[in-house]
Amino acid sequence: MTEVERHGYDVVVVGAGGAGLRAAIEAREHGKRTAIICKSLFGKAHTVMAEGGIAASMGNVNDQDNWQVHFRDTMRGGKFLNHWRMAELHAKEAPERVWELETWGALFDRTKDGRISQRNFGGHEYPRLAHVGDRTGLELIRTLQQKVVSLQQEDFREHGDYEARIKVFQEYTVTRVLKTADNGGSAADDRVSGVFGYQRESGRFFVIEAPAVVLATGGIGKSFKVTSNSWEYTGDGHALALLAGANLINMEFVQFHPTGMVWPPSVKGILVTESVRGDGGVLRNSDGKRFMFDYIPDVFREKYAETEEEGDRWYQDQANNRRPPELLPRDEVARAINSEVKAGRGTPHGGVFLDVSTRLPAEEIRRRLPSMHHQFKELADVDITAEPMEVGPTCHYVMGGVEVDPDTASSCVPGLFAAGEVAGGMHGSNRLGGNSLSDLLVFGRRAGLHAAEYAEAADGNRPVVDQEQIDAAAEEALAPFAAEGGENPYGLHQELQQSMNDLVGIIRREGEMEEALHRLSALRERAEQAGVEGHRQFNPGWHLALDLRNMLLVSECVARAALERQESRGGHTREDHPAMAAEWRRVLLACSLADKPVPGEGAITLQRKPNPPIREDLLALFGADELKKYLTEDEMPDAEAGLPPQRADADADKKTENGAEH
Amino acid sequence: MTTETRPPEAAQKAGRGVHSPGRAQITERHLRRDRWWLPQVLTAAGLLLFIGYSTWRAFFGLSTSYAPPYISPFYSPCLAANCKAGTGGVDWALFGGWWRLSPALIVLIFPLGFRLTCYYYRKAYYRSFWSSPPACAVAEPHAKYTGETRFPLILQNIHRYFFYFAIPVAGILTWDAILAFRDPHGRWGHMGLGTLVMLVNIVLIWAYTASCHSCRHIVGGRLRHFSKHPVRYRMWTWVSKLNARHMQLAWASLFSVGLTDLYVYLLASGAFSDPRFF
Amino acid sequence: MSYEATFRVWRGDADGGELTDFQVEVNDGEVVLDVVHRIQATQAPDLAVRWNCKAGKCGSCSAEINGRPRLMCMTRMSTLPAGETVTITPMRTFPVLRDLVTNVGFNYQKAREIPAFIPPQGVKPGEYRMQQEDVNRSQEFRKCIECFLCQDTCHVVRDHEENKPAFAGPRFLMRIAELDMHPLDAAADSGLDRKKTAQEEHGLGYCNITKCCTEVCPEGIKITDNALIPLKERAVDRKYDPLVWLGNKIGLRRG
Repeated sequence: MTEVERHGYDVVVVGAGGAGLRAAIEAREHGKRTAIICKSLFGKAHTVMAEGGIAASMGNVNDQDNWQVHFRDTMRGGKFLNHWRMAELHAKEAPERVWELETWGALFDRTKDGRISQRNFGGHEYPRLAHVGDRTGLELIRTLQQKVVSLQQEDFREHGDYEARIKVFQEYTVTRVLKTADNGGSAADDRVSGVFGYQRESGRFFVIEAPAVVLATGGIGKSFKVTSNSWEYTGDGHALALLAGANLINMEFVQFHPTGMVWPPSVKGILVTESVRGDGGVLRNSDGKRFMFDYIPDVFREKYAETEEEGDRWYQDQANNRRPPELLPRDEVARAINSEVKAGRGTPHGGVFLDVSTRLPAEEIRRRLPSMHHQFKELADVDITAEPMEVGPTCHYVMGGVEVDPDTASSCVPGLFAAGEVAGGMHGSNRLGGNSLSDLLVFGRRAGLHAAEYAEAADGNRPVVDQEQIDAAAEEALAPFAAEGGENPYGLHQELQQSMNDLVGIIRREGEMEEALHRLSALRERAEQAGVEGHRQFNPGWHLALDLRNMLLVSECVARAALERQESRGGHTREDHPAMAAEWRRVLLACSLADKPVPGEGAITLQRKPNPPIREDLLALFGADELKKYLTEDEMPDAEAGLPPQRADADADKKTENGAEH
Repeated sequence: MTTETRPPEAAQKAGRGVHSPGRAQITERHLRRDRWWLPQVLTAAGLLLFIGYSTWRAFFGLSTSYAPPYISPFYSPCLAANCKAGTGGVDWALFGGWWRLSPALIVLIFPLGFRLTCYYYRKAYYRSFWSSPPACAVAEPHAKYTGETRFPLILQNIHRYFFYFAIPVAGILTWDAILAFRDPHGRWGHMGLGTLVMLVNIVLIWAYTASCHSCRHIVGGRLRHFSKHPVRYRMWTWVSKLNARHMQLAWASLFSVGLTDLYVYLLASGAFSDPRFF
Repeated sequence: MSYEATFRVWRGDADGGELTDFQVEVNDGEVVLDVVHRIQATQAPDLAVRWNCKAGKCGSCSAEINGRPRLMCMTRMSTLPAGETVTITPMRTFPVLRDLVTNVGFNYQKAREIPAFIPPQGVKPGEYRMQQEDVNRSQEFRKCIECFLCQDTCHVVRDHEENKPAFAGPRFLMRIAELDMHPLDAAADSGLDRKKTAQEEHGLGYCNITKCCTEVCPEGIKITDNALIPLKERAVDRKYDPLVWLGNKIGLRRG
């Protein structure tokens, strides 16, 4: 029997980024004893990297904004593949989630009348992003962290113990979600019973018994070579869900942020915030041309400026001008940059120029974009107030994730919840900037709430952890020490990243993806033999060897789903199928774990599922002309519904919709 | 990792500071390889130079404290009866005739106290004279440290009294600078090199005084809502700008005071005569 | 363009350790953390080091480079003297766990001891109104990425382990300043005087304003000038200033 440190909680939240902390706060406020597990130190989660802001239709800067407009923008951005209910809940609840942060001490930038200031961002019709300079993610994580601390102070006053009802397990990593023992295949009792993992510091194993587990582990970017993501983004939650029997959907949709740093090599991929463009920055190729004007797709034609003059006027007068095409959704801009570089019009280091220095006074740049100024100065020795930046696409976000019920964030495994980047559906095929921080808050809260309710209901009948699973998990985790002279995990990781970058990157081709699957399967076999030196105490080689399992699983999901989907949409571009196909909009690709992985075969099975049809009253928010671009003939609303061919957008909506529920 | 810290009693045995048990066992007390000691040496040298010079001048400078129309800032205002007569400056003789020592000593207490408790000078002498710390991440030699929590250093908190006193003193020195627009016979409309020296000095003294952290606090820093006090907010913004240069102003005004006195001394001792502009 | 450099990295744990030399390749434009990663990938796979974002935003990779507290991801190799050995040790104020990783629990404990933001009574979410000029000061302090380099360099605890229980350190004194300057914090209404507790419970008086915290701050926050000294002045208001006392008595002063 394996020696483990054991704890018991009502709710375990895996991940301490925005979604995880928000979930934990909610569960704790519903009186549940809550554990937060984080791979790194408390407050270091990848959420701190978010720069632009939190999208919420508070209407502080433009009072024509409301949830319906936000919903529309989100659906358009995701090319209508989004789960409409998630997009609806998100748009409705985001303002409350932002306001709530203020009551916990957050200090957003202000408007003249003292309300939360909101900024423009790609794909958002109105200025909508609540922000703090360009360090909004830091503000969010710090606020949630401090809220957790304040709850602990409350517990200290009541119980004399800071950790009476909410405890943070720092530098703990979960390797398995545990389930109840398989008692004769009774599906009724096939539910979550806790988590198993190791402490990074000591290497000792731990088990937390709990009826409800919330996955909030973020994304998968570390499977790609050029990425804005930190080392933690190894797809742990995605893999844990798969291994526990849940499905992943939309895994083929990976967002490449158009502007990552390209030089020096060591920082390649680090994000350059979209606010640079929102605040006036423009993209130019090596000929000095603002090339984005050549890349406006038909679906967006009416919404974007056709001349530089009009685009420039928009910064001052947004009511009477259309926005510049630099602010197209991220997938469009990323592809455009990719094409320019491929056509030989790139910069010396293989990117394009992003210039704000000729657009704003130096003082203004330093005030509005302090951390970008700092980042380029410190890391690249470039003064962005005097010279252009060099930027190129970088793997930024995975739209795909655990298939969840929109209202409860529950997966198909009883007791397993998911929120944030690890959950799928909300963003469809492409996420709008600013929608991830609001997603974290809205669905983090929902996951915490429903996990707490689920735990409450399970009170009389708490699941029991299965010792066999613990033993198996321990054996799995120790395998790298047993592999004498096994392969170096760092080398395997680099090969994986290179393969994914080259073969399943921004532009995808059938043959290359088949090749990728082939390589992944070989890498999986080699990874099983990966070996590590040293002992269990804070051993990064060992940690990486364990993370490889997760990265390989999610990479296979991405490649397999990308091969299957024969169209181009959002974060999935097929060179051999360049058009968007309305038929494919109705299809979701769901990955699940294959019953028994055969050597040489994949570990994942793929299934087509219908995308639930959009509710009528939400469809009515769009004009028939627009819907035609996305929907098939028989999905179009009945003629009797009397959709106008075009929506005059917010003006028409405002009268009827301002009083709508939040 | 857990969130406990080690119990403090465990700290005392093997070593202290960076050699406390539990910390990474590195023999060197610090690993800095730059010339971290240089700023401290320069600071100490600068301060000692001024202390030496001003002590000498304060005790033995009475006879050369006035070179019409210029009065040395060390000897103004005059609060005793034994000052040089006829300067036209502030002469209150508050102390009466019993004071036999140099009148400068009474006056200098105020600027001395102001500078001694100044947040910049505190940093400067804690580092350079008391090695607390000698430089960042360089271990200090002391076994115990209580900072400014006890007597006498808790008295540093009275800095703002000295700031209150520094204002009239600066006002008096301003009057002295205005008097420097008279010629040696008391007629207005004169300007010499000495006038310029005194003007530069008084500007620097005001700048140093206004850039004081206590001043920054009093004019606006203590407020919670700047938006409700627009005038004080603007003043605070100005003072904050000066405050960012507090160190430079501290040195510049220190030297300008010394040089002004030296200028008066040189004139009074007849080393040269004042070049006159008009 | 690349060259060979000598890195001297402290390896060990609480029971002991030593500086170990590595010959390692350095490429154009790299930072210290890149080189440490190369050592990890090619020579010492179990070299323990904390890092996350590698962009100076998370504050995980704090260490001491040539004796100076710094973020490894924000120290470009080109800023170090060429051809000289680069020495890297863990932060020397906190207990070491392994190699470059220290137990920074001290900071999390101190964070808990600072009373949180107290929301104003009767102001609902969405009704908060604050002017930009009123939030600027606290916003500067909220730029803090909690790398704990200021806590590491501060001689009050670095050189005097015994002061740890009594002294919150620059990061958390700054947190008090942040809350005290927050335009809507309702601590005073609930009977909490943050200025007084800063001095009486969190060790503000230990600070002798020698500014090392400001010197090492990778975010460039003016910790001493904008947080610690103003906080000291605010404590003086409460305890030592007769004019303020008089002003309060006759009702002239209202913060």
